[in-house]
Amino acid sequence: MSLQATMGDYQTKKTLETFGFLPPFSQQEIYDQIAYIIAQGWTPAIEHVHPSGSMDDYWTMWKLPFFGEQDLGNVAAELEACHRSYPDHHVRITGYDNYTQSQGSCFVVFHGRG
Amino acid sequence: MSVKKYDAGVKEYRDMYWTPDYVPLDTDLLACFKCTGQPGVPREEVAAAVAAESSTGTWSTVWSELLTDLEYYKGRAYRIEDVPGDNESFYAFIAYPIDLFEEGSIVNVLTSLVGNVFGFKALRHLRLEDLRFPIAYIKTCGGPPAGIQLERDRLNKYGRPMLGATIKPKLGLSAKNYGRAVYECLRGGLDMTKDDENVNSQPFMRWRDRFEFVGEAIQKAQQETGERKGHYLNVTAATPEEMYKRAEFAKEVGSPIMMHDFLTGGFTANTGLANWCRENGMLLHIHRAMHAVIDRHPKHGIHFRVLAKCLRLSGGDHLHTGTVVGKLEGDRQSTLGFVDQLRESFVPEDRSRGVFFDQDWGSMPGVFAVASGGIHVWHMPALVTIFGDDSMLQFGGGTQGHPWGNAAGAAANRVALEASVKARNEGREIEKEARDILTEAAQHSPELAIAMETWKEIKFEFDTVDKLDT
Repeated sequence: MSLQATMGDYQTKKTLETFGFLPPFSQQEIYDQIAYIIAQGWTPAIEHVHPSGSMDDYWTMWKLPFFGEQDLGNVAAELEACHRSYPDHHVRITGYDNYTQSQGSCFVVFHGRG
Repeated sequence: MSVKKYDAGVKEYRDMYWTPDYVPLDTDLLACFKCTGQPGVPREEVAAAVAAESSTGTWSTVWSELLTDLEYYKGRAYRIEDVPGDNESFYAFIAYPIDLFEEGSIVNVLTSLVGNVFGFKALRHLRLEDLRFPIAYIKTCGGPPAGIQLERDRLNKYGRPMLGATIKPKLGLSAKNYGRAVYECLRGGLDMTKDDENVNSQPFMRWRDRFEFVGEAIQKAQQETGERKGHYLNVTAATPEEMYKRAEFAKEVGSPIMMHDFLTGGFTANTGLANWCRENGMLLHIHRAMHAVIDRHPKHGIHFRVLAKCLRLSGGDHLHTGTVVGKLEGDRQSTLGFVDQLRESFVPEDRSRGVFFDQDWGSMPGVFAVASGGIHVWHMPALVTIFGDDSMLQFGGGTQGHPWGNAAGAAANRVALEASVKARNEGREIEKEARDILTEAAQHSPELAIAMETWKEIKFEFDTVDKLDT
């Protein structure tokens, strides 16, 4: 077989930063990452945006960051609720780190259909 | 009130500069030199000579000394220690009063501390091992134009190391073909690409043409991936005027970042460019060509941890640190020691990492550690473990050597990186489980599967790294 025939064609994807190159996370995988955020002492927070605005710095906050939240289930339920309310929007979870004043973690959980 | 009388002639240095009872002040700049004296010269005399020649002393007493208070301005050798496993050398600790140095001038600090004294005849070798900058001095330095936190916010990169590559071949491509190589890397999943350090403005590719094509590559990759991208446009040039001209244009074409070689360019150029970047909202990547000339000899020169500290003060957002994996394994502890100096706000003395002093960095922003050279997907779990999230991992051959090309090579690295970070967050021991983690990830990434096959013969190197942690 020729070299060309065995060579794959890499198609550019809208990957939207961290974890964009992995397959969509299962419920358990989402739980694991929320658990990591909480274990680091970071504050989980949820944001959403229409895909046309995904390059903006600011996405719309879903409620306020969940200060002091220790229950993974509550955070996961809020993610689902945000997704149900805005099915066309991207939904991402952030771990706010108040020591570095940055985000220790941030990744898109649901890709909007829009 | 002065009661001294002028007494011309040559005195022993230790009479004035060896002060073992001295307790260093919080405002003193402290240095640790590894000294190898000429046979027969007492250690105290050597240490005192280093203190004198790097501060106020000269070989003969002069009358005008009596017009000032040299007791206030002199450097003091205050401690001597054995070097473990070395009978001919010793450590000399020297304290310098802060008023010996111009504020915010790394150039002035180095001109004093590693100036004439390194050619001094009473010494066979001399190495500056470490410096403790007082917080009062640090507060006078500009430091990184942006720093780790601001760079993450500008580029929207969170919770993982960033990925990069130096564009190859490093010399000889036309500007348009070079931009193609950049675009392919960026669309495939790298966050940034880099000019090789030798790429300035040669006849085959003038700087302006390179900047224009690379600018287009960045914009196109951003639109297509929905991610922020950059390319370190090398603005290192023959003169500062030319450097600033190129810096202006790098900003104009829309790259968020540019690059400088801080040792060949020099600290004056570096500090000036860092200030320019801060004022213009640009990030600054720092290459370190020539460092091995200065830092490689174990008994002479300047240890890289000192150069790294100086760079953080002079200004830079990224600095190359070596990769640890592969041929530099033995340096893992030492590398971690100076990586801390780049990123942390306080680093305690730790001789097992070659750190001789507590170093308080105060509010000085941090610098990303850059691991570059001879690394590929099999190294990824080890690199994530060693360098952590605040790093830039650069795979040149490990991206562009992929059988399907740059984009597939970039995707392979990105998948390997994200799989490693995900597994780490899940609590897995990713260095030990490296093979399993990468094999699982390759099941949904043919690009990674091919990369693992291509570089599998290097796996022994990887296995050795694995052993280090156990």
